[in-house]
Amino acid sequence: MTQLVSTTPGLYPLPDHAKDDLSSLKGNQKEDLITGAESDEIEAMYDNVRESLVERQQDAGLDRVVEGQARWDDMIAHPLTVHDSVDTRGIVRYYNNNNFYREPVVTGALDFDGDVAAELEATRSLVDDGFQAVLPGPWSLADLATDEYYGNEAEFLGAIADFLADEAAAFPAAETLFLLEPSLVENPPDDGMGERIPDALDTVAGVTDADVVVHPYWGALDEKTHAHVLDANIDALSYDLVSEPDANVYNVQEYGTTDDVALGLVNGQNTLVESPETIRERIEWFTGQTPAEEYGRIYATTNTGLFYLPVNRFEETLDALGTATQEVLA
Amino acid sequence: MTREQFRPTDHPNDHFLLTTVVGSYPKPKWLHRARDLLEDNSSDFDEENFAEAKDDASRLITNEHERSGLDVVVDGEMRRNEMVEYFAHRIDGYQFNGPVKVWGHNYFDKPSVVDEVSYGEEWLVSEYEYTSEVAVRPVKVPITGPYTLASWSFNEVYEDDADLAYELADLVNEEIEALVEAGTRYIQIDEPALATTPDDHAIVGECLRRIVEDIPDDVRLGLHVCYGDYSRIYPEILDYPVHEFDIELCNGDYEQLDVFKEPTFTKDLAVGVVDIHAREVETVDDIKNNIKKALEIVPPERLTVSPDCGLKLLPREAAYGKMENMVTAAREIEAELDAGEIDVEPAAVQADD
Repeated sequence: MTQLVSTTPGLYPLPDHAKDDLSSLKGNQKEDLITGAESDEIEAMYDNVRESLVERQQDAGLDRVVEGQARWDDMIAHPLTVHDSVDTRGIVRYYNNNNFYREPVVTGALDFDGDVAAELEATRSLVDDGFQAVLPGPWSLADLATDEYYGNEAEFLGAIADFLADEAAAFPAAETLFLLEPSLVENPPDDGMGERIPDALDTVAGVTDADVVVHPYWGALDEKTHAHVLDANIDALSYDLVSEPDANVYNVQEYGTTDDVALGLVNGQNTLVESPETIRERIEWFTGQTPAEEYGRIYATTNTGLFYLPVNRFEETLDALGTATQEVLA
Repeated sequence: MTREQFRPTDHPNDHFLLTTVVGSYPKPKWLHRARDLLEDNSSDFDEENFAEAKDDASRLITNEHERSGLDVVVDGEMRRNEMVEYFAHRIDGYQFNGPVKVWGHNYFDKPSVVDEVSYGEEWLVSEYEYTSEVAVRPVKVPITGPYTLASWSFNEVYEDDADLAYELADLVNEEIEALVEAGTRYIQIDEPALATTPDDHAIVGECLRRIVEDIPDDVRLGLHVCYGDYSRIYPEILDYPVHEFDIELCNGDYEQLDVFKEPTFTKDLAVGVVDIHAREVETVDDIKNNIKKALEIVPPERLTVSPDCGLKLLPREAAYGKMENMVTAAREIEAELDAGEIDVEPAAVQADD
């Protein structure tokens, strides 16, 4: 019997009042964004936001509850942009979106920071069951950053993986850890680097007791990258059924997959929110297309993070996912 | 050439670097207060009062642009709240759900297309008519391009964004024809979304062809594209039916300059010489160095000097300071060019317009 688990990959929008309040308190230019050294007033506001985001997920009946990453001004790149050995430079377009992050340039050793661990520590007491941590995956974080210290691509990827592992090792106990890996689709590793992907993922996955879900999106992994990711010791791989359902199913049909899978069933970037029925149909379609696989657990999620949406549609999305998984998979 | 018509009659130098801005400018604080009053039900401040406030702001900022010495001015987009929202409010078929993040603490009310789009209220003709009436200098009209209007909306209706973009292109063409009829001679189509999706060159090209249909040759058309990897859209953009490309290079410290050197750039070029995401006002010398970098791509007679992008996120003093220093820098470079003090490599290819 497959267990259905509703969750999200995090990266939530700020509530509208907090958008205004934080914008007034912090400013809105590139030098005004989060540094990790915010005033008590600002941190208190983030604490409030965190509580409300947790509560909203619990109201929606989601099986996994994330912190929401409301403090992350630079999506995905955040763990580096607050690090002392990193300069944040020009604003750079974030993949193919009308969103931007400040380019993190690594200029020194990436030693332990603890910024994300502190956010999760502050969340842990709010969540009784199903606590989920979210981090960028090593390939995506390395891809978004610029290295001016380690000197070569392989060493840099290794350093990023070690940095993420140190951070993950400091996390409070969690059921699940999502590693966001859009760059595995958008800018896949070449042959030389591809072989290093399993090691990089294992470095992070190896330090936690949580089930590790590798979450690529905006398409399907190319076949080689898919094979490399499956070589890693992870619990589940994600398939984005919103953007490229057929290519994702093909990967599973041809190469098999992890015992558990995550399915991107709801578009995190459109206000036309899928109904619970559509979500269930998509799960049934996927399992029907891949009859050779027997899934222990299917994580039902959005493909992307949710900060792309206005608050009303973000909440509708949480509700749709929560409702869709209330009934047992036929 | 569409450019000479914008040289002021009292221009002090033989060389002429056309100075202008991309469009948006910080609104006076009282205009924000006027909007608050309009939205305050307990206030008797009505639409008519607010329209007057917007007229006042438009005149004030147009004059402020002229005072800084710009050759071609805009009104700082005082009547527009945001580059997609403003138009979406005037196009039937759009709905608004609330603000979404662009970067950091910058948001916009990203609209959803929930029905087939059609021309609703008038967009920019009255803005142009008012601005050109209060301006002494020529007025440029920035207009958000259809590809960006489509890409930066949630599309709940059309099969894909290309279909939506073509429908919107026909509406943009309708508006530009009306602007030209009203006397506009310089139109800048803003397509920042083009920088994001190289595979969509053909879609943007098709949109532009629809837009320029039946537009007279003496109307200068620019295309503004910012904050992307230009190597992914160059040289394909040289085939587009526009006279000028307006690009942002200052934010990235001109790292992308070489992109435009091979193959040879054949259009007019408007280059960002001040960073709009940093409050510090660049010195005249710094800006002159930036202008010299742009001269590595095009000769002076094809160069327009401008900020990277709209100035609206800056404090007004900083925005003004940047314009003023930019104009001073351009005039000094012109004088140095006149005196033969700057070597400009002859361009291999002349503009064919």
